[in-house]
Order: sequence, then structure tokens, then C-alpha cells
Amino acid sequence: MVKHNKRKRVVIAMSGGVDSSVAAAILKKEGFDVIGISMQVWDYSKFTAEEGEKFDTCCSLDDIHDARRVAEQLDIPFYVVNFEEEFQRLVIDDFVNEYLAGRTPNPCVRCNQWLKFELLLKKARGLGADMIATGHYARTELDTDGRYRLLKGIDPAKDQSYFLFTLTQEQLAATLFPLGGMTKQEVRALAAAYGLRVAEKGESQEICFVPDNDYVRFIEEERGKNLLSGNIVDRTGKVLGAHDGTYRYTVGQRKGLGIAHPEPLYVLGVDAARKEVTVGPRDALYSDGLIATAINWIIPVPDAAVEASCKIRYRHHPIPCRIVPIGGNRAEVRFAEKEKSVTPGQAVVFYDGDAVLGGGWIEKAVNSER
Amino acid sequence: MIYMDYNATTPVHPDVLEALLPYYRQAFGNPSSIHWAGRMVKGALEEAREKVAALVGCDPVEVVFTSCGSEADNMAVKGVAAALRGKGNHIVTTAVEHPAVTNACLYLESNGFEITRLRVDRRGALNLDELEAAINEKTILVSTMFANNETGVIFPVTEIAEIAARRGVYFHCDAVQAVGKVPVDCRGMGIRLLALSGHKLGAPKGIGALIVRKGVKLHPLLHGGSQERNRRAGTENVAGIVALGKACEMAGAEMAAEAARLKSLRDRLESGILALFPDAQLNGHPENRLPTTANISFPGLEADSLLLNLDLAGIAASSGSACSSGTLKSSPVLAAMGVEPPLARGSVRFSLGRENSESDVDFVLDVLPGIIERLRGQQ
Repeated sequence: MVKHNKRKRVVIAMSGGVDSSVAAAILKKEGFDVIGISMQVWDYSKFTAEEGEKFDTCCSLDDIHDARRVAEQLDIPFYVVNFEEEFQRLVIDDFVNEYLAGRTPNPCVRCNQWLKFELLLKKARGLGADMIATGHYARTELDTDGRYRLLKGIDPAKDQSYFLFTLTQEQLAATLFPLGGMTKQEVRALAAAYGLRVAEKGESQEICFVPDNDYVRFIEEERGKNLLSGNIVDRTGKVLGAHDGTYRYTVGQRKGLGIAHPEPLYVLGVDAARKEVTVGPRDALYSDGLIATAINWIIPVPDAAVEASCKIRYRHHPIPCRIVPIGGNRAEVRFAEKEKSVTPGQAVVFYDGDAVLGGGWIEKAVNSER
Repeated sequence: MIYMDYNATTPVHPDVLEALLPYYRQAFGNPSSIHWAGRMVKGALEEAREKVAALVGCDPVEVVFTSCGSEADNMAVKGVAAALRGKGNHIVTTAVEHPAVTNACLYLESNGFEITRLRVDRRGALNLDELEAAINEKTILVSTMFANNETGVIFPVTEIAEIAARRGVYFHCDAVQAVGKVPVDCRGMGIRLLALSGHKLGAPKGIGALIVRKGVKLHPLLHGGSQERNRRAGTENVAGIVALGKACEMAGAEMAAEAARLKSLRDRLESGILALFPDAQLNGHPENRLPTTANISFPGLEADSLLLNLDLAGIAASSGSACSSGTLKSSPVLAAMGVEPPLARGSVRFSLGRENSESDVDFVLDVLPGIIERLRGQQ
């Protein structure tokens, strides 16, 4: 961050958690003109209000209160912006639609892509800020050729660059990641050293709008029950059983199939159009590669194949691969060795060491005939 | 720092603070006590009651002190509903009421009452024929505000009261935004119940009053001791009550001059904004409204971006009604007036008061163009 001019106005996205609170504190200490903003994306009263009892209850979210108190502690202006409608349209509807289309979505990438680095950045510019900052564990670096690079956070356990592959050069140029060079342990220590009231706060849950993690119930509350129920079949199409909705299944899943079978069965594929869930043995989960769509390159768009490594889900160690552009922002990604559970709807992110080269969305697994 | 959000709340007037402090110090007694400590405060309580009554044109015995305006509104709406349940279950109100009335009615609706919510026109005005037509044999209450919190639009309360009286129905008037800004006269206007709130006129938060005219049947919200002639249980907020009395006394003396001063400031602000931004639009009736309130739409802009920028420049204004989390919701008041959503989303309310001066208005007019230029540049 040394490269950036001090006293610049920067908007920090504050969630009320430890990370964004420490990020705000660091910016303030470094002399930036810091404004804290929490995005209210969800009416949390929906979880508690009983039918017919819901009056005009405003969304009093503990996390927003925490963020506000931290901002008070840091003596920075703090605002809450309401993105409920946009979050519903761009993140939740997408999340549900993806499941109903037989894919396993990643709403956090969508939220970064459309809300934090699009709407919030716009909001920040409207407040006269040149930049936004987040508490992500990732780094940016300005290359000698004037391009921004996106790098992993240095804490391997916390690196969140996977969630940021959609960022454009313009967005990277306007973004600060104050925690990119720190470990979580250091962040916690700093939170304690600054006396931040959230220093002891736990980690946030994975999907913020499904706090009980019961995404099936969430989808059914959004769109109704008994959608997409159908058959569970093997690879030859033989019917092995029935299921209550394709969206209940994710590639690689073993539990909840309810089929007695001599060997363990895994979900190999979900076909929402046919309402079919295909199952098979563990070794059938492995594939040679995948087709990625809607690719965003952080590096200049390559015109030839790229040797790289890739992550096919957030909790995944990068594996060696070859990325072959096939036109239309698509690419075929060929793994050096077969990889398990390629899951349509998840993001595939390309790395060269610490650098994010780009990424895209997994359309399907590919198996070359041999 | 410039404060232009007096419809939200007002600073406690220094003279009001002076008046109330003794009741947090030596005069600490409980007014229900027979001993010297009780006697010390009982008189102050009744003196304050007289001052409130004098400002709003009722008898002192008709003043019931409450904890806030919302409590007063709830007490009126639910209290009448409970008392007259045997007579009828229909309430006539409007689509632009404060949540204290709206949500009290919503609660009653979920408990078997029928609610008619009268529409308003593009300028925020009621149609009195519709009001009259809405009253039926089951109607027990007409509840409308005196002046709207968002637009300042003033309803014709005398006419509303006349219609309600002619049809044998109680009229409750939420006058929280009116008391202290424009003349309010329960007797002369025929208002049977009237809610007011201390912190809107220079008294502290935590004190309000409901005027319950003689003969009005009303159940209490709070049951307990016999305070406030059995209308409202609970040991009195003596300091708050004294402060409200003082604030009412001062408003009575200064209102006319202050209203004229603020109206000229408000008009200066409005005409300044409209001159700078010819596409800006005034919401609400241009004349028939509070002299302190300006509600202006900036087409194509988001109110919260405007307000955040104003805040960063040290100017406090507002828009719609704020959520507890501090986000803005689109205004149901402007929606009921038929203000198009893109205009409603860009609406800002400036509400002026005692400490505003011409230089405040000029500062706002200096700062606004830069903000609006920046926001328009973002589109």
C-alpha cells in the first residue's frame, strides 16, 4: 500500500468481523481518509418473524451493529447502504437458479463481483473516494507494464484470492487489501493490540444468507417444494431409486442417496432438465479436465495455451493444468492428472505460483477417450 | 456542523434544560407521595400540564403525559379500539401516517379490526368526500395526522374533526410534527384526541402527551397505579414533564415570529435549490405545509448517496424513514402520493429549526452543486 498516496479517501467494506475491522484500523493508522460502509443485503428478521407477525421490522443485524461500534471506536464516518434488492436479484436468485439448473453455485464470488466491486465501488466514488478496501486475504501489485496483478494472501490457510478472480484491471486499480500481507494470527493480534471490540469474534459462516446451512430448505422457501423430483440412475441409465429434487445433490456427494448398494455410491452428475441424479463408484468421479466459461483474465488475454495450476473449489490445492482457450471467453482446462469431483457451477481459478492469472465458471467435466 | 433535520429531533433548548435540572437534583420526589419531597414536585407537574394545555387549546385535566409520541398514538388508537369494541370495529386513517399509527392499526387489523386507509393526491392532500364516504356504522375512530413528517403537508383537521363529530366518531390527531410549529387548538378545531412529542419542540426525548378530551372513552395501555387520573400508570417522568411544559410555554410565546423566520429560510433554501437544479421537484403542497419543511426530489440521484455526501460535509438532512440499521427505505408517504419511484428514490428532506440561520442555508447551497455534479458523474 506504500505506493498509494496518503490522505486519499477510501471506503472500507465493513462486515463487523475481525478482518474488515482490522483492515479499517490499518487504513486509519496509515493516514487514509477512511469511511466505513456496511452493506445490508438481507432482511435477517425473516428468520425470526412468524407468519403474520411481521410488522415493519427493520433489519437489526448484530454484525452491522458491531461494524458501527468499531467505526465509532476508530472515529471514522460509518454508513449502512441497503443492497437488499440487488443482493436478491444478483446473488440469491442466481444461487437458487444455479441449483435448480443442476449446478452448485458460489454466491460469495457473485457478491464480490456484483456488489462489493461494482455497486459499492460506485457508491464509494459517489462519496469522493478513489478506492475501496476489503478485509480479503489477497494482494495486488502494480506491474512494470502498468498492469495490476492479483496475488494470493500470504497466509496459505486464509488466502481468498479464489473469490476475487472476476476483478477487472479497473477494479484492481481501485482496490486495497490491507490484510494481504498478514496471517490471520497477526490480524487477531492486531485486533487485540488496537483493542477492537470484535477481537474475540469467531469466523463468519460460509453462506451468509443461509445461516443454518440448510440450503435445501432455503431453496424450497424461495421457490416451493417438490421441484425437480425424479430418479436416481446409474451410468447406464438404470433406475436405482428416487429423489426429492435434483438441487439436493452435489457432485461427489455420498450421503443422503438412500440406496442400498454393495459398493459406496457417489453423485457423478446432476441433470436438472431430465430431473436425474447419476450415481456411480468413487473412481468414476475422476475426470481429465473441464470446460470453463465466462473467463476473466487478470493477465493479458492469452492467445495460446497456458501452463498453470488451478483450484476447482475454494478448499482445494492448486493442481497442474493446461488451459486451452476455445473462443468466446471459454477454455478447456486439462489436468496433468485426473482430478476428483469437478463440480459444475463452481469457479475454476488459474494460478501461476502466487499470481492469479484468471478464472471462470465450471460448465462441465471433460473426459478424453483413451 | 449544520443541523437541518428538526423533524427528526431537536436539541434541548438551554432554557428548557435549566428548567428541568432541579428535578434531577433536589426536587427528586415522587409526586404521589404525601410528604415534603412529593409536594415539592407535585405543583411543578400540574404547572407543566397547564402550559401544555395552553399551547394546544385544551383543559389541563385533559393532558395525559406519556413517554413519547408513539406511546400517545398507540394509546389513542388501541385505547379507543378497546373501549369501543362493542360499538364497532372500523377505523379510518390515511396512507401517509407515521408508523406509530400505521402499525398500531396493522396490529388491530390482525386482531379483527377493519382499517380504511385513505389515499392522498400528488400534493399530499386528502379528499374529504372520500373521508366522509369511508365512515360507516361500524366506524369508531378517524385517525389522521396534523402535519406530515416527511413533506410537512398539513391536513384540514378542522374539517376532518367536523365530519367525524357529525358522524358521531372520535377524531384522533397525530400532531407530533405540528405542535410548536403551527397553531394547534383542540377546542377550536374540535379535536378529541391529540398526540404530541417533547423532543420535536426543544424538550428532551422520553416525554410526550396525549390530549384526551372530556367524555372520550379510552382504555389505558399501561395498567398499574392511578397516575394521570388512571389513564397512564407509572411514576411520572417529572423532569421530562417540566421540560415539556417549559418548551410549550416558549413555543407559545415565540411560535409566530419563529415560524415566519423559518419560512423565509426554508423558502430561500428551496428557491436556491430549484434555481441551481431546475429539474429538482418539490414534494407536497407548495403552500399548505409546515413552514419549516422542504422535501425535494433530485431526479436520477439516490437519496442515500446525497445524504452521505451532505453528512461528510457536516450537513444533517434526511430522507424517508430510517431503519434501525441506519439504511434508507423507500418512502411509503411519497409512494402514496404517487411520486414516481425514480423521483422518490432521490428525495431529501430538509427540516429547519431554531438554530438555523441564513448562512446555514447558503452553505448548503454552496455545497450541493459539487455533490450533485460528482454523483451525476458516476452514472
